[in-house]
Amino acid sequence: MKTLEIKKTAPYTTQIGPAHPALKEPVMFTFELEGERIRKADFAPGKAHRGIEWMGLRRNCVQIVYLAERICGICGITHSLSFCRAIEQVAQIQVSNRAHYIRTIVGELERIHSHLLWAGVAAHELGFDSAFYLAWRVRENVMDLLEYLTGNRVHYAIIQIGGVRRDITPDMVPKIEESLKFFEGVYGKLASIFLDDTTIQMRCRDCGVLTPEEALKLCPVGPTARASGVRKDVRVDHPYAAYADLELQPVTPDQLTGEIRGDVYDRIIVRLLEVKQSIGIIRQCLAQMPDGPILAVPKMALLLAQLKKAEGEAVGRHEAPRGEVMHYVRMGKQESPVAWKVKASSYSNYMSWVPMLEGEQVADIPIIVASIDPCISCTDRVTIVGDQGAQVWTKEELHRLSVEKTRQLQLG
Amino acid sequence: MKMLAPQEIVDVLKEAAGDAFKEARCTEWAEGVKGNKSRQVWIRLDRKALRPALKRLIEIHFPHLGVISCTDLGEEVELLYHLFVYYGVPHSEIMVTLAVSLPKTDLSIPTITDLIPGALVSEREKQEMMGIRVENIPDGRRMFLPDDFPEGVYPWRKDATGIPSDMVKELWTTGRENLKPPEGAGATEEEKKE
Repeated sequence: MKTLEIKKTAPYTTQIGPAHPALKEPVMFTFELEGERIRKADFAPGKAHRGIEWMGLRRNCVQIVYLAERICGICGITHSLSFCRAIEQVAQIQVSNRAHYIRTIVGELERIHSHLLWAGVAAHELGFDSAFYLAWRVRENVMDLLEYLTGNRVHYAIIQIGGVRRDITPDMVPKIEESLKFFEGVYGKLASIFLDDTTIQMRCRDCGVLTPEEALKLCPVGPTARASGVRKDVRVDHPYAAYADLELQPVTPDQLTGEIRGDVYDRIIVRLLEVKQSIGIIRQCLAQMPDGPILAVPKMALLLAQLKKAEGEAVGRHEAPRGEVMHYVRMGKQESPVAWKVKASSYSNYMSWVPMLEGEQVADIPIIVASIDPCISCTDRVTIVGDQGAQVWTKEELHRLSVEKTRQLQLG
Repeated sequence: MKMLAPQEIVDVLKEAAGDAFKEARCTEWAEGVKGNKSRQVWIRLDRKALRPALKRLIEIHFPHLGVISCTDLGEEVELLYHLFVYYGVPHSEIMVTLAVSLPKTDLSIPTITDLIPGALVSEREKQEMMGIRVENIPDGRRMFLPDDFPEGVYPWRKDATGIPSDMVKELWTTGRENLKPPEGAGATEEEKKE
């Protein structure tokens, strides 16, 4: 990746962004084009960097739990859970098993809503808006259920150091079961729309390929890695929360098609199969959930006093819908942590964009960019406005190009 | 694939690091009813042993690089390479953290991107955020900071090269005087001492 210069002769250099060509978040792309083909791709994130780690080092650990939760609006429990898991290891706080199961149930509901959100965005990028409406209609149900369980649709505020803040009582279980039945009912329809539709196959098969070797060396995580056949899944590899008690296998596309191609289509398969897997995990957790307290240290003043004495370092990890999230925390007998490093899933997935995009057409940019399910605000954590003057392609123009390509393919 | 136990990994990497090996510890942490444990290995070494140790680890199993963490310890800066081996087999993964301390007078570290190309994002971030000089980095541009961000300011530093107070926007100054925090609140321990 070298800085691309703006030239007036072919190959042309064009910039897309910082308004994101696929999602409503800012990241800047620079492409070297030859006709419709992308020869080189480069990206520049950082347009939504808020300096959250810097802020965290000036707060106490309980305050950081809520700050961490606001790193991302989609992964509501991902960052707070990872941060709490790191702190619990440093301070040797034992979380009750009931709290572990509740954490897992909320984590899996989050995965379902995030994958449905992604499915909707992907369908929209392809110009398939009826599928977009369906996916988001189903997602609303998950959001309602999350609100019922935690009190909030987005930032659930359910994770606390040492456990969770709200219990799942027996009278809540029928409502969860009702929603799970509803998801199963529409799952077949969603799967057939995304997997059997000829147009989606034409647009996504062999498009934006990430080879298994690249998937190993560029260190991508989550569905991006698994769709290329790299079996990485924190839930499986690294025993934590209730996942430590469950027998899980990483989801790879060959489980459905018998082959791994590492293209956009394979990434769709992985996410869809994971929705089904999540429904199964929630059922198992509800069936096996042990009794017990939900919070190890319910009094916050006591907890803060205990954390002020803690010394040491630890890494807390969680498999977010987009892949591995990790928080490195070091405590040194003071109120705030000595060090706090947040690594979001998209941070690891960015480099995969380059091999995926190179060689593809301009109209494929939105769907390929969206295919890693990028979460920019997670990865960027200082507010800046970037102003690059040269040929900027707007999101609307790109979306139009993508829809036109779909139409042309349909007309044959 | 024969899998090594955490202590065996320490022994193998100790041999690869030679006299540059400083210390190692193995930790475990269990969650859930069945008590399945996650395993971590923390190895501290000198800068010159980073690449030999990493090469040896790649021979064991091609590691997944989670991220390179970084801590300002006052006189020195510590880099921690969080690597993971044996992923893909249920509950077998081991985290291997290679930690290297660098004196602030010489913050240079060789690149590992030729061994693990995916380390580039993290190495670029360490350069701009902590002022580390990564030798032979294939792409040394800024990653998250804008091009007009002042030179010589490193957001993660806790010394005079960190974020100066005139770069910090206080929200209460927008007119909500009641939101003004009490004196000294929100400062790091070092800032309070000053």
